[in-house]
Amino acid sequence: MTYEQFMDKATSPWMLKNGPDHDIVLSSRIRLARNLADKRFPTVAPSEELEEIMEFFQREYEHTPYHDNETFHFVPMSQLSSIEKRVLIEKHLISPLLTKNKETAASLISTNEQVSIMINEEDHLRIQLYDPGFQLEKSLKKTFEIDDWIEEKVNYAFDESRGYLTSCPTNVGTGMRASVMMHLPALVLTKQINRMIPAINHLGLVVRGIYGEGSEALGNLFQISNQITLGKSEENIIRDLEGVAQQLIEHERLQRGRLLENLGTRLEDRIFRSLGLLTYSRIMNTKEVAGRLSNVRLGVDLGLIKNVPRNVLTELTVLTQPGFLQYHAQKTLTPTERDILRASIIREKLHEVE
Amino acid sequence: MNCQKCQVRPATLHFKQVVNGKQTDLHVCEVCAKENGYMTYPEEGFSLHDLLTGLFNLDSSKIDNIHESPFQQVKELKCPTCKMTFSQFKHTGKFGCAQCYHTFSDHLDPIFSRVHSGNTRHLGKIPKRKGGKLHLKKQIADYRKRLNTLIENEAFEEAAVVRDEIKELESKVKEKKDGDEA
Ligand SMILES: [Zn+2]
Ligand SMILES: [Zn+2]
Repeated sequence: MTYEQFMDKATSPWMLKNGPDHDIVLSSRIRLARNLADKRFPTVAPSEELEEIMEFFQREYEHTPYHDNETFHFVPMSQLSSIEKRVLIEKHLISPLLTKNKETAASLISTNEQVSIMINEEDHLRIQLYDPGFQLEKSLKKTFEIDDWIEEKVNYAFDESRGYLTSCPTNVGTGMRASVMMHLPALVLTKQINRMIPAINHLGLVVRGIYGEGSEALGNLFQISNQITLGKSEENIIRDLEGVAQQLIEHERLQRGRLLENLGTRLEDRIFRSLGLLTYSRIMNTKEVAGRLSNVRLGVDLGLIKNVPRNVLTELTVLTQPGFLQYHAQKTLTPTERDILRASIIREKLHEVE
Repeated sequence: MNCQKCQVRPATLHFKQVVNGKQTDLHVCEVCAKENGYMTYPEEGFSLHDLLTGLFNLDSSKIDNIHESPFQQVKELKCPTCKMTFSQFKHTGKFGCAQCYHTFSDHLDPIFSRVHSGNTRHLGKIPKRKGGKLHLKKQIADYRKRLNTLIENEAFEEAAVVRDEIKELESKVKEKKDGDEA
């Protein structure tokens, strides 16, 4: 098996399971930053040193069975085309920064794509784990297990008072960034999100739009993550994050109910009009697709649309990204060509489920 | 800004003089600094101003060094392992290696405090390997206390046993330093 298996499908195997509160929380993620004690950090280390580190991790961890017969595949950045890199970024299996260090960076990706261990990004290791739905505590436990498993063979840079030592002061301590990806169409529609974001920021959490430029949230998808990594235990950081996410879930559900009550047919029209446009359009840009998919997802969540599985919507979100489209076409496409191919892929997928 | 002494060359160094608790700033070129004997660290001169207006906007009181000379120049810290200087760190905002944390240790609290809402100390996961060592260190400290009590009570035979146990634990700590967990 080669790394191509990670490009063939837009939906990662782990996404196919429904997690808790999956109508609002699409995924939970834990990321740990770790460094080796006796090596310079990737930002300053010479390439030979970084290559040695890469080779070590390939030698020790590639195809090494982990839990449930999961094994890790070694994907060096140097072997990927620019379109392939983009695909892996769109699937959140690697970060844009990792692809910049192309000669000295790689990732160990698990077969089910739940775990990606990025090597020589900003830190020697960035261990990330995704779970479907809202289950940060479970994700943390699993990530710690992987952390311990890796640690059997390496000596981490750690200081009794500062914790895990990282390249950037913003990650020192736990080295942990926990996040949830949330679909919040009702809070956006009622503009409630605008006054909630500053309040959430005030609690030391960061809210940002996903797939959008700057603060704009394409498809009403938001990522909420912790800002602070020092002076709080991982469990407490997650508890605070969960508390806020739980409140967002409740408010979103409440507003969805109210919208249905107050707008009635107008809301239904908005939802089905989106489904119609997705099913029959010939040209569609990323931004429009994101908005329409969000409306259809809301329709599914409210029980108005019954024949479209959520998985297909998740798949389309990734499949219609520029990298994926070009991988599909096996060539570089102009923006117009992309908009045409995007519309055609969506039509195809939606006709399959009808 | 030109040198305040010769008024010709650009002022590349910044000194401050504290007289009766009042601070005077002095901007001079390297030549004048040498001639007037301000330089305590001739090869590592850099501007304190740069340091203060850097990424983290450090409070100047946190980085005062005290020297015998009435003129104080902040000594440039440099990591022995990766050669990163403190001003490079402050410029890029990224550490070069684990050793940097120890080298710059005295200046990190204000930075961490700003980034992490007032926190400067880790609370959370401890590596298994290092955790073992920390655990041993704590055990040694406990045994030492017991040893002292035993000696005070003149229970020398028992004390000898405890002393041997301490030695054994200490050798275990040493083994762990080499990175092996037997
Ligand atoms: Zn001069
Ligand atoms: Zn260093």
